[in-house]
Amino acid sequence: MRCAGIDIGSRSIELVVLNGNRIIELRQTDSGFDPMAQAREMIDGVEHDRIMATGYGRHLFELSFEAPTITEIKAYAVGARFLFPDVRTILDMGGQDSKAIAVNDRGRITKFEMNDRCAAGTGKFLEIMAQTLGYTVDRFGEEALNARKEIQVSSMCTVFAESEVTSLLAKGENRRDIALGLHRSVVRKAAGMLKRVTMTDAVLFGGGVALNPCMVQILREATGRDILVPDNPQILGALGAALLASE
Amino acid sequence: MSEDYRDMWKSLGLDLEAHDALLDVLGKGYQDIYLAQKNRPEGMGYFDFVMSEVHGLRIKELIDEKAAGRKVIGSFCVFVPEEIVRAANATLVGLCTGADFATEEVEKLLPRNTCSLIKSAFGFKLGKVCPYIESADMIVGENTCDGKKKSYEVLNNLIPNLYVMDLPQMKSDEGRALLKAEYLRFKEAVEKLTGVTIDAERLKTGIGIVNNKRKAIHRLSDLRKADPAPISGLDALLGNQVFFYDDPVRFTDSVNKICDELERRIEKAEGVFPAGTPRILLSGCPMAVPNWKLPWIIETSGAVIVGEESCVGERGTRNLTDEGGSTVEELMDAIVDRHFQVDCAIFTPNPERLSHIEEMFREYKADGVIHYGLQFCQPYITESMPVEKALEEKDIPTLRIDTDYSMEDVGQLKTRVEAFIELLK
Repeated sequence: MRCAGIDIGSRSIELVVLNGNRIIELRQTDSGFDPMAQAREMIDGVEHDRIMATGYGRHLFELSFEAPTITEIKAYAVGARFLFPDVRTILDMGGQDSKAIAVNDRGRITKFEMNDRCAAGTGKFLEIMAQTLGYTVDRFGEEALNARKEIQVSSMCTVFAESEVTSLLAKGENRRDIALGLHRSVVRKAAGMLKRVTMTDAVLFGGGVALNPCMVQILREATGRDILVPDNPQILGALGAALLASE
Repeated sequence: MSEDYRDMWKSLGLDLEAHDALLDVLGKGYQDIYLAQKNRPEGMGYFDFVMSEVHGLRIKELIDEKAAGRKVIGSFCVFVPEEIVRAANATLVGLCTGADFATEEVEKLLPRNTCSLIKSAFGFKLGKVCPYIESADMIVGENTCDGKKKSYEVLNNLIPNLYVMDLPQMKSDEGRALLKAEYLRFKEAVEKLTGVTIDAERLKTGIGIVNNKRKAIHRLSDLRKADPAPISGLDALLGNQVFFYDDPVRFTDSVNKICDELERRIEKAEGVFPAGTPRILLSGCPMAVPNWKLPWIIETSGAVIVGEESCVGERGTRNLTDEGGSTVEELMDAIVDRHFQVDCAIFTPNPERLSHIEEMFREYKADGVIHYGLQFCQPYITESMPVEKALEEKDIPTLRIDTDYSMEDVGQLKTRVEAFIELLK
């Protein structure tokens, strides 16, 4: 049986199709301004017997495609345990949400934390800060890793942080050093969420922000834990949904 | 609501255009949230009617009562003892605090980081859309949290009839003595306002009326222990909300009728949701009409709310006032004793509240607790962290939510609530 999972996030949409436990199809696209049209295009011609949706667009998908849904929290936990069967602690940092999830030894979620309504501590925050400093998202982490010192940025609010960064640049501060400070402040917030759900053993880091090498390194320092990053950290949600669809 | 009330609203000084807009939003919200529910008890028709006439017929009744020489007293808090008001043949109504209104005007007078409930009270006054506050002969502000306490100083400039009641913050002998002194002072103020001397007999009558109302709610709450739940949390919350507005005797009858119906439902094992639906205990800040956001999210995400540990709920209605006394002194002491047990988060320390949450969790056979904190409500939000910790230590799944009256966070709240319900299954 071919089971599909689709994760409709604020920045990107991922589709995973499983045949048994084997991934036979993997697609990714930007969410754009009409995520349902994007989703429709994405699943066009993809053979599947069942599909389950997750991510913030799941309810719209449910209405359009009469598909069952699951929250991204559950989907991430299931996807994470499939790739790393012993993992107990998961951090997902996506476009508009960050989540820390704790699961017990059988994979059951025991506690989760999610950021508040604003973009503080999410991928969106890093994206806007990268822009302000004139970096692409892809280069942002590398550049921060090459900083010579850290310049602290105290605002976590995207709007205030942007003005703070602008004024630091006006003072002649090096943009790499500011970049490092920004990464540290996001990690502090994430580490706070991880501590609230309590960490057990290594932390699995997923979501688009896990592609940022500076985030991974600082998170390792801040938590004192091994940080596991899957090859394709953005597919955890879609993978989890596909696995749940097969149940 | 019919056109007939326009003259009445105009005479109360309401802004008719703004008021129409409010009723429009309220009506649509009620339609989408309440009338869209399935398997509602037939008896809820009474509450549908009350809500459709909440600014109409009920206000007309109050105005008719006033014409007959009775007084109307408005309040924002369960610490204002209705027994005393009833004893003076006056009517106590809860004032509107459940929706954002005229926020820009409000923020000229109050800091932005004031809780939604306080801002809402001001918004309804400044926007001229609350017929209750305009009908009231006396408005009682009570010194609970700092937000309310200081905002009453500002409210005093907007209304001519504010009466401020002081409240204790500790459950000590001195605290009780303060509450008693304040209730005696309030009794005198009510006597002065109404011209009625409150004797023991009148006080007994007042206590009887209010106790009956509480007993009806106790009966309703008890029936919610059944699985499947015979009534939705939204409908039960509405009952608790209307508790503050409606004629108490009629309210008592209507709730009892619903309870008769629910008993028949339970016998036939009928419910609003299937048996085994995850059961949620809501705990935290009060939810005034039309603040239905979180309960609506919960009950459209696959769970049912079986109890409210809230002032608009069990915290507010929990105990009866002892009717055994025969003198004014004894009966006033009974009123003080009853209200002194309310475990509001303004008290420090406040361990009774945690015990009550645990007790309700067990009695209502809940599967998890959702703690609702209104943003900027220091007392409840500060308690929410130790409450969450203590509950989780007892393996009671707990979700802590801080939100306000706006709808912008509905998507995120839905994800959190759904994920919480998934983990209860």
